[in-house]
Amino acid sequence: MDAGHVPAVEVEDLTVAYTGSPVLWDLDLQVASGTRTAIVGPNGAGKSTLIKAVMGLIEPVAGAVRIFGKPGLEVRGSIAYVPQRATLEWDFPTDVLDVVTMGTYGRLGWFRRPGAPESATAEAALEQVEMSSFAHRPIAQHSGGQQQRILLARALAQDAEIYLLDEPFQGVDAPTERAIVRVLDDLATAGRTVVVVHHDLQTVAEYFNHVALLNVRIIAAGPVATTFTEDNLRLTFGGRVGVLAARAGSV
Amino acid sequence: MEIFADWTLRVVALGAGLLGAVSGFLGSFAVLRRQSLLGDALSHAALPGIALAFLITGSKATVPILIGAAMTGWVGTLVVRLIVRRSRVPYDAALGLVLSVFFGLGLVLLTVIQKRPDAAQAGLETYLFGQAAALLRADVVVMAVVATVVLLVLMLAWKEMKVLTFDRAYGESLGLPMGRLDGLVTALLVVTIVLGLQTVGVVLMSAMIVAPGAAARQWTRRLGSMVTVAAGIGVAAGVSGAVLSSIVPRLPTGPTIVLILSGVVGVSLLMAPERGLVWRRLQLGRLRRRPRQEPVLMHLHALSLQHPDDPDHGHEVSVLRTMSPADIDVEGALTALAERGLAASDRRGLWAPTELGRREAQRTLKREADR
Amino acid sequence: MNPEVEILLIAVVTSVACALPGVFLVLRRLALVSDAITHAILPGIVVAFFLTGSLTSPLLVVAAAATGVLSVVLIEAMHRTRLVAEDAAIGLVFPAFFSLGVVLVTRWAGKVHLDTDSVLLGELAFAPFDRFIVGGVDLGPVALWMMSGILLLNLALIVVVFKELKLATLDPALAAVLGFSPVLLHYLLMTAVSVTAVGAFSAAGSILVVALMIAPPAAAYLLVENFKPMLLLSGGLGALGAVGGYGLARWLDVSIAGSMAVVCGLIFAGAFTFGPERGLVSQIRRRSAQRVEFAARLLAVHLLHHEGTMREAVECAVSNLNVHLGWPVPATRKAIAFTVARGLAFEEGPVLHLTEVGRRFAEDLSAGGI
Repeated sequence: MDAGHVPAVEVEDLTVAYTGSPVLWDLDLQVASGTRTAIVGPNGAGKSTLIKAVMGLIEPVAGAVRIFGKPGLEVRGSIAYVPQRATLEWDFPTDVLDVVTMGTYGRLGWFRRPGAPESATAEAALEQVEMSSFAHRPIAQHSGGQQQRILLARALAQDAEIYLLDEPFQGVDAPTERAIVRVLDDLATAGRTVVVVHHDLQTVAEYFNHVALLNVRIIAAGPVATTFTEDNLRLTFGGRVGVLAARAGSV
Repeated sequence: MEIFADWTLRVVALGAGLLGAVSGFLGSFAVLRRQSLLGDALSHAALPGIALAFLITGSKATVPILIGAAMTGWVGTLVVRLIVRRSRVPYDAALGLVLSVFFGLGLVLLTVIQKRPDAAQAGLETYLFGQAAALLRADVVVMAVVATVVLLVLMLAWKEMKVLTFDRAYGESLGLPMGRLDGLVTALLVVTIVLGLQTVGVVLMSAMIVAPGAAARQWTRRLGSMVTVAAGIGVAAGVSGAVLSSIVPRLPTGPTIVLILSGVVGVSLLMAPERGLVWRRLQLGRLRRRPRQEPVLMHLHALSLQHPDDPDHGHEVSVLRTMSPADIDVEGALTALAERGLAASDRRGLWAPTELGRREAQRTLKREADR
Repeated sequence: MNPEVEILLIAVVTSVACALPGVFLVLRRLALVSDAITHAILPGIVVAFFLTGSLTSPLLVVAAAATGVLSVVLIEAMHRTRLVAEDAAIGLVFPAFFSLGVVLVTRWAGKVHLDTDSVLLGELAFAPFDRFIVGGVDLGPVALWMMSGILLLNLALIVVVFKELKLATLDPALAAVLGFSPVLLHYLLMTAVSVTAVGAFSAAGSILVVALMIAPPAAAYLLVENFKPMLLLSGGLGALGAVGGYGLARWLDVSIAGSMAVVCGLIFAGAFTFGPERGLVSQIRRRSAQRVEFAARLLAVHLLHHEGTMREAVECAVSNLNVHLGWPVPATRKAIAFTVARGLAFEEGPVLHLTEVGRRFAEDLSAGGI
């Protein structure tokens, strides 16, 4: 890394433990500004935990997170977070546009209500995920893929420098997957930094230019071409080598 | 109305109405956050506080008793949180534990009080079932103050409340002070419940919290209207319960209010448009009676396949009519498809399948292929 | 028997009868269904009391228990519509039933000797007054016979369908696949809870039945790991709560049912605080012991990561380690001292290095993940 560039996300010596045993272990990771990084690893590797720790939603046992060189908690709001959709209660009485407008709340600050400019921002974000025609429908009436796009639009409305997505491709339909990929492309073009927890090994090379292989600690991180290798995958996933070798071979 | 000339009834009705309003406001959020039974635990946990306050001050004065009730109620929520965080005992068991053990403690303290010679002891049991008739003007004033505070908080921190309820972690990620707001809301809930104990009592307070919100949810699509409708239901049930129990002899106020609320919930679950069970059943029947849509959808899908780059490319109704057998009501089918979200028309009246429609068509094709 | 012994016996039998089905309620996350059932039986009790004129008639038990089961059916039906969440359904159904009961009692208050206070609070001290007399022979209090019968029923249910209940509790899907209808088992259990609640309410009061059903099993859940010991221990702790509660009530001259609930709560608090494995104290003790060792392991891996890199002098400087690890200075010092004392690391000038032993230790940790 050349000295002139401050990484968008810098995780240093990060350790997170829930009840005694560490979930993330002395982890170092640098995400360069403007890259698209996939976080890949087996179940229980701490992928979501890493995202939450970067967001400052979890307090680490040790280590630090810096966003563009500043402590993470100071620059909350400049990172847009897309949680796993299954963690939310979707029978909530509101419409799609309203949820997307939540992305502007951080900018608004206390007491100010969202107005016409915020609605316009939200509508533009919905357009980006191809959900404009659903703007005034109750959120309860949507499929999993549509819900995922609503959450993505909410993050877009935040107009952040960094986007952290937790398993956005989990259980979505093909059109949604295409829409998300298009949005990731747009964000890359705009020079934004994108970090995605990703479970589908076959699409890593297609969707991302950087990859971080995680299993409690970082096994390898760097450009997909040099990092996403069979050896590294074996180190990351352990026993299930045969399947993985076949997959990595197909990359 | 003549009966409203009665001073006592006016106070009781006003008190019950205000309680209904506040319960509707706060209860809506409790219902949406899956905290419906927190109110139940809180109201039981308040009993030892009531008894303790009386033991310490020796008087039945409202304010110290409310403070005592609020304090043990608050301790109850802390104990629930401690148990859930520090052991594997699940949330519901922790609630049940706190509810029943605190109540048992309250009972023990009440029997201690009963042995004291003071004459002022009578009336503490009214907190079990509430005694709306004993509401004083001062109580109503306190309720009005709480109602105003709740309303102010909701108005000022509306968007924060919305995020807290729908997606707390996201709110935190935006840097909104979710923890402090949560504390404030819980504190207001404790105060509301403690105020309600006088009117409807320990056992029935939980219904005041849950029922207005649960009923209002069925009729509304937006949080703002849900909260407003819930408060309206709360007011209506409170006032009408108070009036009814004053007209009909030997009809206790608290249970009457709860029965009215339960009736409203029942009607809402059955009748509310879109969500209600009867409405859903009718909808099902209407779907069955609808014109045949499948062939039209399949034709739309086939047409859209001819424009792989532009799946939303629109097509004339006349084209579809030519493609379909004569006995099919093409316009009716298109309208029905649009209602189901399977097809859409653009400004020029050209029709295309939606994504949902394309998927539905593919599913049909696959089903036929499998056969 | 003298009345005090009788009261104590009733208390113990009631408590054990409640604790046994309570184990399933706690494990199946149905704890608050007990709250619902104990309140929902009121209208059943009232109506049956109008008809029979007795609080201990078998008809009353059947009618009231049926009301309890009906409330569960209603809660589940409401939940199934997906219009309300399950906790909201509970919070809607039981107050409605209870209100109905209160209104019935109040409206006909002049005609019956039943007041809602006694349903809610119970009074064990009066239980021995109602005698079970057959052919002029006094066989003891009715309540003791009734609760013993209910205890035997609960025991029989658990013994007969033990493996099915266990399976349906731990893995409902597997139970269904194997052909044990979880629905049937569920309603068997709910019926048992209802019958127990009806039998116990006149002695313990409906809210305290909740304490007897939840507190002993929840305490046992923190003390033992297996199913059968948990059942046995719950029964034992329930009996202990009854005896202790009775003693406390006698000593302070207060409500027996209330003190039983308080003592059951104290038993839970004891298990929660001092439980050998899961208790708060042993959690804290284990954690503070782990913390230093954990910090030392973390430190070793940190040293390993930066060993031989250009940044080693910065990352592993003794004076700077607290910054890089994000720890407070004293904790960092403690961890450094621990690693040095264990021979895992040594200080060379300003920099902390791994020893050969330390390097192997850190490599093992790194490779094993933890």
